[in-house]
Amino acid sequence: MTSRGEPVAHAPGFVANDTPRIVTSRFDYEDSYTLARYEATGGYQGLRKALARSPEDVHAEVRNATLLGRGGAGFPAGVKWGFCPPGTWPRYLVVNGDESEPGTYKDRLLMELDPHQLIEGCVIACYAVGLSQCFLYIRGEMAVAQERVAQALNDAYAAGYVGKNILGSDLSVDIVLHWGAGAYVVGEETALIESLEGNRGMPRLKPPYFPASIGLYGQPTIVNNVETLANLPWILDNGAEAFCQIGTASSPGTRMVAVSGHVKRPGVYEIVNGTTTFRDLIYGESMCGGIRDDNDLKAFVPGGGSAPWFTPDQLDLPFEASEIGPQGSMLGSGAVMVMDHTTDIPAAALTLTRFYAHESCGKCVPCREGGTWLEQILRRVVDGTGTARDLDLLMEVGETICPGEFPHAAVPAKGLTAKPFPYRMTTICFVGPSAFAPVHSALTLFREEFEAKVAGNTDMSVSEVVINV
Amino acid sequence: MAFFDDSNRALAAEIIARYPRPRSAMIPLLHLAQEQHGWIPDEAMVEIAELVGTTSAEVLGTCSFYEMFKRHEVGNYVINVCSTMSCALMGAADLLHHLEGRLGIKAGGTTSDGMFTIEAAECQAACTEAPCLQVNYRHRYRVTPEMADQLIDDLASGALDGEIPRHGILARTRQHIPADRAVGAVPPELVNEAPVWFPTEEGSS
Amino acid sequence: MTDAPPSVVHVTIDGVEVEAQPGEMVIAAALRAGVHIPHFCYHPRMSPVGMCRMCLVDIDGGRGPMLQPSCMVPVADGMSVDTGSAATKRAQEGILELLLVNHPLDCPVCDKGGECPLQDQTVAYGPGESRFVEEKRHYEKPIPISDLVHLDRERCILCDRCTRFADEVAGDALIHFTERGNETQVLTFPDEPFSSYFSGNTVQICPVGALTAAPYRFKARPWDLDQVESTCTTCSVGCRVAVQSSRNQLVRYLGVDIDPVNHGWLCDRGRFDFEAVNSDARLTVPVMRDPSDDQQLVGTDWSTALAAAAQAIAAARPGAVGIIGGARLTNEDAYAWSKLARSVIGTDNVDAQLGDGLPAEVVLGLPGATIDEACAADVVLVIGPDLKESLPILHLRLRAAARRGTQVVELTAAASGIADYARTIFAAPGTAAVELARLLDSDDPLAHTLTHGRVVVVLGRGSLAESAQPTIDAAAVVRSRMPGATFLPALVRGNVRGALDMGLAPGILPGRVNLSDGAAVSKVWGSLLSQPGLDTTGMLEAAANGRIDTLILLGADPIADFPDRGLAERALAGAGTVIALDTFVTESVARADIVLPTSTYGEKGGTTTNLEGRVSRLGQKVTAPGTVRDDWMIAADLASRLGGDLGVASAEDLWREITTVSAAHADCTVEVLTSDAAQDGILITGGSIVADLGEPAEPPAVDAYALRLVAGRKLYDNATSVQQSPSLAGLAVGPVLTMNPTDMARLGLHDGERADVRSARTSVVLSVVGSDAVPRGVVAVPFNQPGGTVSSLIDVTSTVTDVAVEVRGGGR
Ligand SMILES: Cc1cc2nc3c(=O)[nH]c(=O)nc-3n(C[C@H](O)[C@H](O)[C@H](O)COP(=O)(O)O)c2cc1C
Ligand code: SF4
Ligand code: FES
Repeated sequence: MTSRGEPVAHAPGFVANDTPRIVTSRFDYEDSYTLARYEATGGYQGLRKALARSPEDVHAEVRNATLLGRGGAGFPAGVKWGFCPPGTWPRYLVVNGDESEPGTYKDRLLMELDPHQLIEGCVIACYAVGLSQCFLYIRGEMAVAQERVAQALNDAYAAGYVGKNILGSDLSVDIVLHWGAGAYVVGEETALIESLEGNRGMPRLKPPYFPASIGLYGQPTIVNNVETLANLPWILDNGAEAFCQIGTASSPGTRMVAVSGHVKRPGVYEIVNGTTTFRDLIYGESMCGGIRDDNDLKAFVPGGGSAPWFTPDQLDLPFEASEIGPQGSMLGSGAVMVMDHTTDIPAAALTLTRFYAHESCGKCVPCREGGTWLEQILRRVVDGTGTARDLDLLMEVGETICPGEFPHAAVPAKGLTAKPFPYRMTTICFVGPSAFAPVHSALTLFREEFEAKVAGNTDMSVSEVVINV
Repeated sequence: MAFFDDSNRALAAEIIARYPRPRSAMIPLLHLAQEQHGWIPDEAMVEIAELVGTTSAEVLGTCSFYEMFKRHEVGNYVINVCSTMSCALMGAADLLHHLEGRLGIKAGGTTSDGMFTIEAAECQAACTEAPCLQVNYRHRYRVTPEMADQLIDDLASGALDGEIPRHGILARTRQHIPADRAVGAVPPELVNEAPVWFPTEEGSS
Repeated sequence: MTDAPPSVVHVTIDGVEVEAQPGEMVIAAALRAGVHIPHFCYHPRMSPVGMCRMCLVDIDGGRGPMLQPSCMVPVADGMSVDTGSAATKRAQEGILELLLVNHPLDCPVCDKGGECPLQDQTVAYGPGESRFVEEKRHYEKPIPISDLVHLDRERCILCDRCTRFADEVAGDALIHFTERGNETQVLTFPDEPFSSYFSGNTVQICPVGALTAAPYRFKARPWDLDQVESTCTTCSVGCRVAVQSSRNQLVRYLGVDIDPVNHGWLCDRGRFDFEAVNSDARLTVPVMRDPSDDQQLVGTDWSTALAAAAQAIAAARPGAVGIIGGARLTNEDAYAWSKLARSVIGTDNVDAQLGDGLPAEVVLGLPGATIDEACAADVVLVIGPDLKESLPILHLRLRAAARRGTQVVELTAAASGIADYARTIFAAPGTAAVELARLLDSDDPLAHTLTHGRVVVVLGRGSLAESAQPTIDAAAVVRSRMPGATFLPALVRGNVRGALDMGLAPGILPGRVNLSDGAAVSKVWGSLLSQPGLDTTGMLEAAANGRIDTLILLGADPIADFPDRGLAERALAGAGTVIALDTFVTESVARADIVLPTSTYGEKGGTTTNLEGRVSRLGQKVTAPGTVRDDWMIAADLASRLGGDLGVASAEDLWREITTVSAAHADCTVEVLTSDAAQDGILITGGSIVADLGEPAEPPAVDAYALRLVAGRKLYDNATSVQQSPSLAGLAVGPVLTMNPTDMARLGLHDGERADVRSARTSVVLSVVGSDAVPRGVVAVPFNQPGGTVSSLIDVTSTVTDVAVEVRGGGR
């Protein structure tokens, strides 16, 4: 009954289109992950060029490229690198390969299909910022990525791209491969550091806001996302100027976006940053090709499970943070989840809320207790045993997690005007608010579906989305 | 009684040496224990505590935080059916129920022959390939009930032995840092100046 | 160019401008300004974790008010804090509602009910009613996580206080968060209980009733409790405590936070040994040997017993009265006995120490240091007992200092309980001075810090199988090579410092002066003796040789506590009449002729002095059982029966007299002592004694075949206060011999095996375990353990004790 796109043989999920390809350029090759293929396709050229320049110069090139972090927060990498306090050594690099945000699928592809590109990016970053050791943290549930990166690292060491005196230069850095063990919150950078120190992956207090000042073992630590680092070889090879030619000045280059859910051709697309719109992505012929069975679009999550939802009213917004924020959501980790008109909205919200409640690290009371309570209330609403009072209770529990106005999109037909992102929160990290975001979006945008549920009218639900676990 | 066998104890030493602080090796060593034994018994945590210089209670604290570490016996094949948003939208519930029916167990359970465990799992970073599942953390994409049945048959018959090792064995390729290329761990207490390639006077930009 | 950091920042809290220290958290600054911000996880003596989110308040750092956790946000100049804003109130209500979501409503049967921060804050800040209708989390009801502590996981609100304490403060990370998210729970590892010497603190700091202490469970309800502040006299650290009673029974001690000493912490022995005070085995009436009843000890009345005692003292030959003990006394008691001995009995044979310390001139005559000074030093050099076992809270203070950068070094024969944060430098018994000199001559960077930095030496007896001489020699090396170093005496027993300060040591008078310097004292006491008397060893030797006619034991049990058991036994047998003042029938008391029952901790007021020389007040909470009396009253009564007059009618009179005879105590008047400022205790610094350490002696020769014995104390031992406290009695480890695994292999010994241990004196059978904490050539056996004693091996006249260890014929 559901239509699915065609599986791609050796690059599951990736769909090539006609945009310039920076990080996915080797994805069409059967042997894209080998050192031979990498070297034959311009691999390690960026590193060679970097080593011919001073670290400071390389840092400046990255700063000039305005390479926005691809892990979710979208902070420019070059600027973040500059936050390391001068004179404090050693400094470390931690690569965030923990990809677990619902809807997100790109870093795993980059690690499985082009691990050398990531390794080269790591070495360039270490050179530019004076980072003495690199830890490449790969999510535990990614056995194939772990194997591919391990093999690539072994080959890169043997070929002199990693380790002592890289390519005959003074640069000497080890990259240590580290596997996670299954906990979403560990993707949060301070939790990642805790995990890397052998602890429970519980986020650290802020301030300091960036581990660049106090990170791994209390030392300056740069945490970057896999995709962020994978851009570096291209930038060093082709220059910041060429990079900035693609996309817009504030969001240059490309980014990988996974589109999942009810579209005709779900897949991972490398799109032009800043200019591509959600309509291009969801309806474009070279991209997702529209909603499955030509159904109507009901809502979509624009930036991973934590992001407040959009409706068709926001389809023409571009992938540009400065435009998405004021409209009440965020671009997050490049994950668009599409719901067609058959979707049982309260049930969909429950699926996401359950995820965040389950993944709470347990540190903050509002997240640990509030997230689970939200899930419990929502579950009875979905089961048809809830009451109208439960709908208010949902919002009030949410108010304890995120006091004040919560961002949401404009829906003129419902008289809603946009409330800009971000929100305020009583928790340490975003997991707590993320448990509430789907509840808030669903309840604000589709309150009538909830009311129908508590009134005992369950005809609304067409697709079964809840898994009672 | 020691838990690790000789070759794993040597491997453990090699892993610990990569990190600036031994404690950082805790998760890798828990993986190693699970690789050796299929799951993590108490004796493993006691030995890991000794190896990294902490208490068993701390090792338990870390171990129990992470989903993948099993402190009780599980099947040779742990089948994780993704049940988060994108897969749920694409019929993950049907897939899970189908597998439960086929194997005669509920999510969280293990078949009596010790072959299969099914779990309802969270997002597996394969959202475009929904509904998906993993067998011992190796993906299967856009899984139909027929594909699921075939998978069970193949696992049971050993047809997939080459691709999917038994539970506990994660990556079959390990990192090995050759001694002549290794830079070595950089513990903070041993370093207080910039690395040699880095100009000591930091730029003003 | 950086400006010097400001020494003070100005913040506005609820409209009032407040001065705060840079780096101070908003919650602490507010509290000092009298504004209480509700909280659960925050604890001023531990690092903030920001878990409970109860302390959220509106903080405006310049960009408008924002709800922020005040336990995590440091003050900044110009910051404005509103703890009563609508947003704050809403957040507090919301957080409390969430905390109660899974908290059982069993307050009426909960030990914490009535003194529960969660209950109190719910009343003060909470929502009116709960809207939570779901099933709460369920766990098995209280599970014992150690012999002393029970855990009810349903009540736990996961504030991380106990777990943080265990890891950060105590260094015993035996309880930990397990599982994740809503399933998170505190647990121990299976079969590895939370056996920490400090476990009771977790009960005290738990903000709900999740952790309860076995000795207190269901004993009393908060509203039945009476409380008085006091000072713990279990060891000489002198932790501040609140003593609580119910129906004239001691039921609980709680640590009180004072800056200079204990920071609110107590060790479990100090916390739970009140059980001994309540013991049915207490002596309640005087007892004497009955010639008509086979010399059994039988009960009598006070006048008979005192008359007999006075008669025995009066009948003694000149110089043939000896008085041993004093650590269990208050300062006032000690002073009364000091005066009785010198001015009425006419003997200087007095000694509060039991041959287990250092000569009084050394303790009193070296430049002193405080605990705070030690914690602020560059290096703390420990030449003394295992601090974790003997002075547990000093160990916690040093551990915290080490975490902040103070280097702690121990010069020791066997690695001690502080080795996890201290650097251990081994010095075989008898060689501390040589090893210290060797270290100072080496190019070890520590040598430079020791000679040039701020150094505090913690000085005491590391082993009772070694005489005091090697420690004195090491101190001599410190004095000559490390002139800036100051000393913190590692005296271990209760008020031994106070007793010494009151002159309960041969040749020493109240106020830390020598006999020759006694002008002020003699004004009140009359003429003084000119010759110093005998110390405890001297008295016991004299008694063993029939030269002591009357031996008085002031709460002292030389048979158990004197290093040389053989000598102590011979002395008690050889002394004419033995008079014991005590609370229980100890091994020594059982051999006394006249036994006078005394009051004890919690039953009397007065003052005590800690190892720094800090005087603080004791609180009286319960009335003593039977007809027992305070030690000073007994002294006063004996004085009049002996034709003298101590001239005092109360403990306060005694203190007034102390401040007149002792220049050191002159400023510490009764008024000062009873003022609020005295909560931290009053540090006494005066005194005119200068220690003459002499030249280091040649270290004893090493016998290559022998093993050198180390005998140190454990926290839990055969002391009556432990053995009479049911909760603690079972915790003593027993007499196990620890030796280096290499030596074990050489001797063909295996872990757990029984071995013959033979010294020049005798031989005993002990079980053996291997450990690298003990270097080769050394064996360690804990002192005074139930089930076997090591002191019979020790000869107090030799500097060190060598033993031979052999596999026991056949037996495992
Ligand atoms: C709850 C949570 C989960 C996150 N998960 C991930 C993740 O899986 N991968 C990732 O790269 N960043 C994740 N982030 C973002 C990281 O904290 C961090 O911002 C990022 O790794 C920085 O890299 P970038 O600057 O290159 O984007 C997460 C953040 C939060 C709050
Ligand atoms: S918000 Fe949730 S996941 Fe994040 S630190 Fe707090 S409890 Fe942990
Ligand atoms: S006291 Fe501040 S978060 Fe708990």
